[in-house]
Amino acid sequence: MSMVDEPLYPIAVLIDELKNDDIQLRLNSIRRLSIIARALGEERTRKELIPFLSENNDDDDEVLLAMAEELGVFIPYVGGVEHAHVLLPPLETLSSVEETCVREKAVDSLCRIGSQMRENDLVDHFIPLAKRLSAGEWFTARVSACGIFHIAYPSASDMVKTELRSIYSQLCQDDMPMVRRAAATNLGKFAATIESAHLKTDIMSMFEDLTQDDQDSVRLLAVEGCAALGKLLEPQDCVTHLLPVIVNFSQDKSWRVRYMVANQLYELCEAVGPEPTRTDLVPAYVRLLRDNEAEVRIAAAGKVTKFCRILNPELAIQHILPCVKELSSDSSQHVRSALASVIMGMAPVLGKDATIEHLLPIFLSLLKDEFPDVRLNIISKLDQVNQVIGIDLLSQSLLPAIVELAEDRHWRVRLAIIEYIPLLASQLGVGFFDDKLGALCMQWLQDKVHSIREAAANNLKRLAEEFGPEWAMQHIVPQVLEMINNPHYLYRMTILLAVSLLAPVMGSEITCSKLLPVVITASKDRVPNIKFNVAKMMQSLIPIVDQSVVEKMIRPCLVELSEDPDVDVRFFANQALQSIDNVMMSS
Amino acid sequence: MNGGDEFGASGDLPPPLDWRFSQVFGERSAGEEVQEVDIISAIEFDKSGDHLATGDRGGRVVLFERTDSKNATGARRDLEGTDYPLRHPEFRYKTEFQSHEPEFDYLKSLEIEEKINKIRWSQTANGALFLLSTNDKTIKFWKVQDKKIKKICDINTDSSRLIGNGSVASSSNSNSTNTCLANGGLPDNSLSNDFSLQPGGIPLLRLPAVTTSHETSPVARCRRVYTHAHDYHINSISNNSDGETFISADDLRINLWNLEISNQSFNIVDVKPANMEDLTEVITSAEFHPTHCNTLAYSSSKGSIRLIDLRQSALCDSHSKLFEDTETPSSRSFFTEIIASISDIKFAKQGRYILSRDYMTLKLWDINMDSGPVSTFQVHEYLRPKLCDLYENDSIFDKFECCLSGDGLRVATGSYSNLFRVFGVTPGNTETTTLEASKNPMRRQVTTPSRPSRSLSSITRVVRREGGSPGTDGNGNTFDHTTKLLHLAWHPTENSIACAAANSLYMYYA
Repeated sequence: MSMVDEPLYPIAVLIDELKNDDIQLRLNSIRRLSIIARALGEERTRKELIPFLSENNDDDDEVLLAMAEELGVFIPYVGGVEHAHVLLPPLETLSSVEETCVREKAVDSLCRIGSQMRENDLVDHFIPLAKRLSAGEWFTARVSACGIFHIAYPSASDMVKTELRSIYSQLCQDDMPMVRRAAATNLGKFAATIESAHLKTDIMSMFEDLTQDDQDSVRLLAVEGCAALGKLLEPQDCVTHLLPVIVNFSQDKSWRVRYMVANQLYELCEAVGPEPTRTDLVPAYVRLLRDNEAEVRIAAAGKVTKFCRILNPELAIQHILPCVKELSSDSSQHVRSALASVIMGMAPVLGKDATIEHLLPIFLSLLKDEFPDVRLNIISKLDQVNQVIGIDLLSQSLLPAIVELAEDRHWRVRLAIIEYIPLLASQLGVGFFDDKLGALCMQWLQDKVHSIREAAANNLKRLAEEFGPEWAMQHIVPQVLEMINNPHYLYRMTILLAVSLLAPVMGSEITCSKLLPVVITASKDRVPNIKFNVAKMMQSLIPIVDQSVVEKMIRPCLVELSEDPDVDVRFFANQALQSIDNVMMSS
Repeated sequence: MNGGDEFGASGDLPPPLDWRFSQVFGERSAGEEVQEVDIISAIEFDKSGDHLATGDRGGRVVLFERTDSKNATGARRDLEGTDYPLRHPEFRYKTEFQSHEPEFDYLKSLEIEEKINKIRWSQTANGALFLLSTNDKTIKFWKVQDKKIKKICDINTDSSRLIGNGSVASSSNSNSTNTCLANGGLPDNSLSNDFSLQPGGIPLLRLPAVTTSHETSPVARCRRVYTHAHDYHINSISNNSDGETFISADDLRINLWNLEISNQSFNIVDVKPANMEDLTEVITSAEFHPTHCNTLAYSSSKGSIRLIDLRQSALCDSHSKLFEDTETPSSRSFFTEIIASISDIKFAKQGRYILSRDYMTLKLWDINMDSGPVSTFQVHEYLRPKLCDLYENDSIFDKFECCLSGDGLRVATGSYSNLFRVFGVTPGNTETTTLEASKNPMRRQVTTPSRPSRSLSSITRVVRREGGSPGTDGNGNTFDHTTKLLHLAWHPTENSIACAAANSLYMYYA
């Protein structure tokens, strides 16, 4: 056993703990691998540490994951880019373990290192690595291989390029569906590095194979590839090669494939250009909007705004709007909810007149939907419509919807609507708010559910910020302070919370004159919970108010509380007193 | 063989198999009492047939590996086989692990048994074995790998140097490392600022040396736990051919999982009626098609098998095909519905045929023919007069499993008195063998080959056979309802059957 100098001791421990029995310690050492590397120096890192890591890779996944991540940024510690290739062997083994997240991280790191390596190093080390992984005995290695071809390919010689393309095409036809899935996922990335001459021949034939795979899971990843390939191909090639595939996919027997198309279609429109979009993709999209599987309609409905943005308004009104009308009364609440979450975005696309004529009735019917999520989704995007047609046309229907949500028996629904109140307030304006919503905001302070009361207090703060202290002084503060006399201590506590949130917004003067007296009164409460919350609150008021006020009003009150019979009250009072002293000292 | 038509290729009938005893694991000595926890509750060969797993009521999974597959595999073995009479598969104990523990559901005040209901092998990767095991509620994904034993023999820090501190190898004992731990090991800045690291590194430091011994030992690790998805007892799990998903079925629902995601699953079949009083039928077994990723079959307590197509919709409450034996039983009785309940279904290897087991029969279905089974085999017809007794002692609810040979030419299932029966399924083949799970399997062999009770035209290819009648019941022993052979599995490539008699695993070959 060697002796280690005292200052090196922490590093020595760190190194030893690479092999500790406790996984947390091993993990800790791996996370600090760069420190170990710097202590060992570049040469010994290359010659000892990296081989050591390559050999000791039968560890827990957590440790391997950390190792894969650290190695990705390890180039500086092995002596720079010219030695980067020494990092490949440990990552090679990590990219064939069976845990997916470790493999993915190792592939990430390989790509990161590969993209920095010198060209001849790539040829000597990285390309052989890609080939070895593609020929791996287990599917895990072959899965990882698919993810590094786009790094290996560009620096290869023409002959090797041909070989790499043929290897990738093998991977696309692998026996294991997992490998074919990986090949499908990475096809777009790989294609981006390939010369356009081969793109149309080799890549498109791989793509076609994948689109005809008998595993649904492979086909639906091929759908994702469509958009990526579409960006690479010339528009006319897109039309001849991709368009038929997309149209086929949109009528695939498997709803999962159609679901993917519904999610991706708007991206493909850009690739094929306006005319084929009109003739082929719009009809395909309309079919998806009317699909008999609800999941597909959900995906299609969720993209309706993005799709319409690509089309000209006439097409959207002519073809898409009728479907949207149908979807707004779809039998599945989830479809309606998906539609409600995006439909407001169509207003700017269609313009004022079309919105009023076509969309407004849909908004109004969705605002009356029996399912609260649908109504909430409409309300959450109100600002988008406000810009186009103004709020007046909606406000009549809006109020009953808000009131109903505000009184929904599910507290999560109430919580959601409270979150949107500041948005509503800003859109509807002070006048409307004062008339209709002010009372609701006060009502929530006395909700039965704590989360609602908490959100209500927070809401008041945000309203005060929105409309300013003067307005708050008139419309919030008196009403809130009135409630401090509520017979139930939990409600009194909510008021204290509201006061403490309002104080910073209201400023020093109002705090001293209006809020602080109420708090001081509350310090005489009979319930200890209120008293120690007063102590906590006062601590938060210290920075807001003047020092003289602290001395005159807050300190005496805290001193009194610090002699309270209740231990918790004393604790928080003393804590607050201490922080007063700290503030004094520092100033 | 054309297009997965295992049974259609008529012509030469395969010669009847001559079954011999091969091995037994956990044999009971005379008078030894069987421990409840040791009773085997699941048997499954992996895809290659090189491994066999059993699960028991004590929540353990025991793995066996083939002894003769190590050096000669696949084509090589086939070639050798042409020159020499092939050795029958022999297995040896590999390892075992505790898969499930008894649990208690506090919300429902229910005890959850540790009993393994099903085991299914997953894709082998990196030389490690993977399998799913399930009890009533929780499915677990296991990895079993041979690990080399490693020893760390050289470290930097030496315990003798630290006065009053314990060993450093377990560094949490030492005070100085404890302070390191408190900072998350070691403060970064102390190193970058306080230490001026020499460019050549610090020569004194060295990496721990690890010696690897050549001995390996199998280590089982639980990789994922899929839980909280079933309100009722899980009766089946089945892997999809896509290698990334599997299903789990309970009495009323079937859920679809991704192997890598344990915190969510999708409900794909739900037969729970709005009002539980309307419940007339439960799911008894479910299995994915061996090659079509979007097809699965499930059986019900009413004796029907439904084929569903996952492509059609997200929630597959409507089946794409329904298989029911429409033939009305000659004599309806109180027991007709009970014994119609299917206890197990299995797809044949190429996926065209489904074998089902109900209380009295094995039925073979062609998925292209939903008018009725292709053939029906009577398993223990001699029990029919005793159904009343079997109902009294609950035996009528026993869930017998069934299996098909890899070539699809034969089927097998268990019965009482530790008997199991093997039937030939090729049209015209009347091969019927009764074996006893003991070292002398032919002891109770039914000598007279059963004859078809009635011949039907070959167009419908329906063959009915009659099993042993009470008169031919072995050596005249009365049947023993307590010794039932519920679980058995056929080797995927060879004529070899593993079956469980209480706590013993018997293996036979032909």
